[in-house]
Amino acid sequence: MIALDVNGRIRNLDVEPEMPLLWVLRDHLNLLGTKYACGIAQCGACTVHMDGQPVRACVVTAAAAAGKRIVTIEGLSQPEMHRVQKAWIEHQVPQCGYCQAGMIMAAVALLESTPKPTDADIDAAMTNLCRCGSYPRVREAIHAVANGA
Amino acid sequence: MTRPVLEPRSPQRRDFLRACVAVGGGLALEFSFPLRAAAADATVEEINAWIVIHPDDRVVIRIARSEMGQGSYTALAQLVAEELDCDWAKVSAEFASPNENLRRNRVWGSMSTGGSQGVRSSQDYVRKAGAAAREMLVAAAAAQWNVPRAACSVDKGVITHVPTRRSLRYGEVAAAAAKIAPPQDLKLREPVEWKIAGKPLPRLDIPDKVLGKPVFGTDVVLPGMLHASIAQCPVFGGRLLSVDSTVAEGMRGVKKVVRADDFVAVVADSWWRAHRALGALKIEWDVGANGAASDATIETMLRDGLADPKAGTARTLGDAAAALAGATKVVEAEYSAPYLAHATMEPQVCTAWVKPDGFVEVWTSTQNGEASLATAARAAGVPPERAEVHKTMLGGGFGRRGAPQDFVRQGVTIAKAMPGTPVKLMWSREEDMQHDFYRPASIVKLRAGLDAEGKVVAFEAKVACPSILAVLIPRALRNGIDFTAVRTLSDMPYAIPNQKIDYAMRNGHVPVGFWRAPGQQNGVYRECFIDELAHAAGQDPLAFRFAMLEPEDRNLRVLEAVAKAAGWGRMLPAGVGRGLAVVEGFGSYAAGVAEVSIAADGGLKVLRYVVAIDSGTFVNPDTCAAQAESNAVYGLGGLFEACTVRDGRVQQSNFHDFRLPMIGDMPKVELVLVPSGGFWGGHGEPGILPFQAAVLNAVFALTGKRIRRLPLRKEDLKA
Repeated sequence: MIALDVNGRIRNLDVEPEMPLLWVLRDHLNLLGTKYACGIAQCGACTVHMDGQPVRACVVTAAAAAGKRIVTIEGLSQPEMHRVQKAWIEHQVPQCGYCQAGMIMAAVALLESTPKPTDADIDAAMTNLCRCGSYPRVREAIHAVANGA
Repeated sequence: MTRPVLEPRSPQRRDFLRACVAVGGGLALEFSFPLRAAAADATVEEINAWIVIHPDDRVVIRIARSEMGQGSYTALAQLVAEELDCDWAKVSAEFASPNENLRRNRVWGSMSTGGSQGVRSSQDYVRKAGAAAREMLVAAAAAQWNVPRAACSVDKGVITHVPTRRSLRYGEVAAAAAKIAPPQDLKLREPVEWKIAGKPLPRLDIPDKVLGKPVFGTDVVLPGMLHASIAQCPVFGGRLLSVDSTVAEGMRGVKKVVRADDFVAVVADSWWRAHRALGALKIEWDVGANGAASDATIETMLRDGLADPKAGTARTLGDAAAALAGATKVVEAEYSAPYLAHATMEPQVCTAWVKPDGFVEVWTSTQNGEASLATAARAAGVPPERAEVHKTMLGGGFGRRGAPQDFVRQGVTIAKAMPGTPVKLMWSREEDMQHDFYRPASIVKLRAGLDAEGKVVAFEAKVACPSILAVLIPRALRNGIDFTAVRTLSDMPYAIPNQKIDYAMRNGHVPVGFWRAPGQQNGVYRECFIDELAHAAGQDPLAFRFAMLEPEDRNLRVLEAVAKAAGWGRMLPAGVGRGLAVVEGFGSYAAGVAEVSIAADGGLKVLRYVVAIDSGTFVNPDTCAAQAESNAVYGLGGLFEACTVRDGRVQQSNFHDFRLPMIGDMPKVELVLVPSGGFWGGHGEPGILPFQAAVLNAVFALTGKRIRRLPLRKEDLKA
């Protein structure tokens, strides 16, 4: 058994230690907001927080996640919607929305480490891929949060 | 064994799926049965097929088209709500059922979502549905008060008897309204009168999308559901010869290895376990005749087409050969572009459940629910009435999930091997990249003749390109001409008296399909070549185009608008180049101006893209702006991406070798809406049409280098 701390709850799971956290979340904990898109840490659709750091859950094993604090998009909005999520609505960021949970998790982590990110900071930190073209609004929403808008 | 909790097959099923979503949202882990308790409230009234009104005034609008990010889900609801005159704050939307559409004689019309058609080809009947429902609701109130209809007014879902100031809410009269015969002769509002449509209202799907809540095809969860991962023959058209599944079948969680003619799939209790076991299969493929195909053989095939004297002619005007012979100056160029994958962020996915009674249910990310239904029924060997498709949100579409329903065929085939058990088939990214229906590769030879004044007197094009229609809709071919392969060349707005546009269909073995704005590459070729002609004539590219367009041509209007917005002709900072292009298509007219520079690493940087679009009418300007941004990023990717072929297979496999633009690559995008009224054009694709040509013309303006072969490489930009 592997014990995982996910969104503030301890979950005991009978899974292979090498199973990526992404699949533990999706197929064993039914936390479906975290998405699969590449499986090789290229796109960021599976971004979650591990001890406050953004990680790509498709390449973090269950064993490596054990004992760490994992927060997913579902946990981010507890008890209420995060200010980044509010900004995402305000700026109408998502289109198809598939990459957006990962995008939001990456943005939250960026704003926690760099409360007033420059465009260059955003380019460097926001390496998530979006095929729909939400990028300009992602940038706009991050700046809005940073500026307390 | 799962219980048949989904009967009867009507709105209850929607509630069932929601119940599963609630589980997925992490609210609870155990499924709560019975789900029949979640059945639709008996007091909910369907005013007509499009509109359901709850007693508390909540309005549910049914949407027949799919939502893949383009925003039709909201725009169509706006159009219905506009005529219904309800309170927008009380509106939600849901997808109409393909099976019900079949049973109700296609009451929702087409479910196909492509060609930027979602709004423009259904706007008339969805608005009429809203107007009819409004009249029925008002008539019900008037009848209750026993007053004439003309004495009643309506606003935001409240009907008022004007003389007495009595009022009734829609929710109060919905039951009575549902029994009233729908009126004929409805007068629809003019866009100038609109209060809900035409406004930049927030999208209905966004609040859920920031919470990770929407159900995409990959997020479907059903009781007892298993997961499947698939391997298809890496060489298109190959067949499965044999599979040694000894090791895989002994792996944890594996339930079955399903063999079909052209694929093998592993079914397991989680996707990761299925996919891991898939990797342990020893598969032998019969790659067939295409195992040696490569970029070189494909180029040879296309060049054979260019040289084919018997190529079909898509357009003849005047005598191009004679005019070329008599021209003062002849300009020739060859342009080409590679195959491109759609690379939707959500890979192809289909959950299928073949019930003990043979009924098949499918949950999938589809651009065409009706096509999915037909495919599911065929794969299950049942009539379409014995199948249902639940449309989920799509993690991108771009044409991948419409006409080709390969994933549904496979999903149902796998589920048939697991009768009574729902199975979710999800493709790995690698399968998705290597088994697409690709944007066709093409080579086009262009020749034009200029007279002594620099006027274009002749234009000749030879297009060698695989046919999308031959693969997906053969009945749409006309005399061997695939209009998607020649569009933008065969229907030029420019007043050129002598034209000849030939098409040599060369199909090869790589499957091709509709990729955002099918035929889009011809716009690149044409508008770059027109830029070459302007240069050869020593004229400004904007003035050169103006001179070839009728004063009333909407292409001219959008050019004027974009030139003004972008500041055409104004000085640019050193190191910045500017280019323009105009292309009509998908019901709209689009002109773009791009500004580019060369980055420190020698790569191309697109700084700004201004696009003016005349779609006649528009419904949600903010969604239109988002689509302009979307078209810019898709066009930008298409400048650098390529799917190359070796040993019969696509070499790219994931985002490390099929690189998508990132946030830092994104230009500033400015949309100028110039609706001239009187028609309805699309927004899902027009924005991409001038993009690449505007960028490449800007590259020329900056560097003097003509990029005629895509993908664009850094070397091409070096002095």
